[in-house]
Amino acid sequence: MASPARHRDRHVLLAAMRITQAKSAPTGPVDQRRPLLGYAIRIASLIVRSQFIIARASARHVVRAGSGVIVFLQSRLREWSLGTPGGTVLSVSELELLGALRRGDEQAFITLVHTHGASMLQLARVYVRDRAVAEEVVQEAWLGVLRGLERFEGRSSLRTWLLRIVANLARTRAVREARSIPFSALAGAELEAEGPSVPPERFRGPQDRWAGHWATPPEPWNRPEHELLSAETRAQIVVAIDALPEKQRQVITLRDVEGCSAAEVCNVLELSETNQRVLLHRARTKVRQALDDYLTTSEHQEGL
Amino acid sequence: MSVPELTCKELVEVVTDYLEGSMPAEQRLLFEEHLAFCDWCQSYLQQMRETIRLTGTLREDDLTPEARDGLLGVFRDWRRR
Repeated sequence: MASPARHRDRHVLLAAMRITQAKSAPTGPVDQRRPLLGYAIRIASLIVRSQFIIARASARHVVRAGSGVIVFLQSRLREWSLGTPGGTVLSVSELELLGALRRGDEQAFITLVHTHGASMLQLARVYVRDRAVAEEVVQEAWLGVLRGLERFEGRSSLRTWLLRIVANLARTRAVREARSIPFSALAGAELEAEGPSVPPERFRGPQDRWAGHWATPPEPWNRPEHELLSAETRAQIVVAIDALPEKQRQVITLRDVEGCSAAEVCNVLELSETNQRVLLHRARTKVRQALDDYLTTSEHQEGL
Repeated sequence: MSVPELTCKELVEVVTDYLEGSMPAEQRLLFEEHLAFCDWCQSYLQQMRETIRLTGTLREDDLTPEARDGLLGVFRDWRRR
């Protein structure tokens, strides 16, 4: 005599097995057989439910069968995520979060805002500097996220998707506010050759036996941690970043302030890998120079 | 026969390639060889790493409570429809 709970458990495990079997031999090109996000969400929720069943199962054969099903489901999920172009992976918890959000779960929304809200605002401020305007852009972006939930297929990571929505809206807004020249023109101009990273006079000239080596070498900063992390030092960095050309500022803000990966930045700002790296190099070089100017002059002042 | 070599002037131009791990193995070898003998370039690289670390401390972790409330409003309006 199976109790109703047992009966439900069996039903879940069977459903999980049916799904894995139905999708286990996909044919056709990767792009066509890639199931939609809804499928992945179903798998994810089945994984979690199977885990519950196993956790309370006493009979050994249920545990064994259940574990087998979970391994199956996980490999399906992996296959699904690898089948997505770009090979990005939505984690099981992200899939669940999206599922909850679709059902109108407020806690899921709060969690998402908590995880990604600050990065989204920072990105918006890279385009529109006014904080109030940037906050409007972020609000608009969240509305876009909620409206686009059904269409989001998980081709990119969740964070990339969110940031791209912000970038698109913020870009439009910046153009409308006439603070920015068209985007493509900007990137082009900024990618043209710039001067060398370090002024050439700091290196030995071509006639020198040590041509190309330091003539005025960098002085180590050797500053105590509290001084490096002081408000004054950090203000120098903010000023230096603000003074950067637009694209360089965007790249360094996303990479070094927000901690995004190179791939994420390429995706969000629509840059090639090489261009992303060139812009990052120029931005970091200038910020290092600004810090160097500040740290070495104030050292001299202290010595007086 | 001249040994291929990286000068300090060249090194500062490829520092980001090095840090990003996007250097071909051969160039990486030259880069690290140069570093091993050049205290100055070690300083430069160290400063670059410090710059990245310090820039990372600028991250603002939170939205203002008003902004948060505003977003919750957006969500509730959306759910109502």
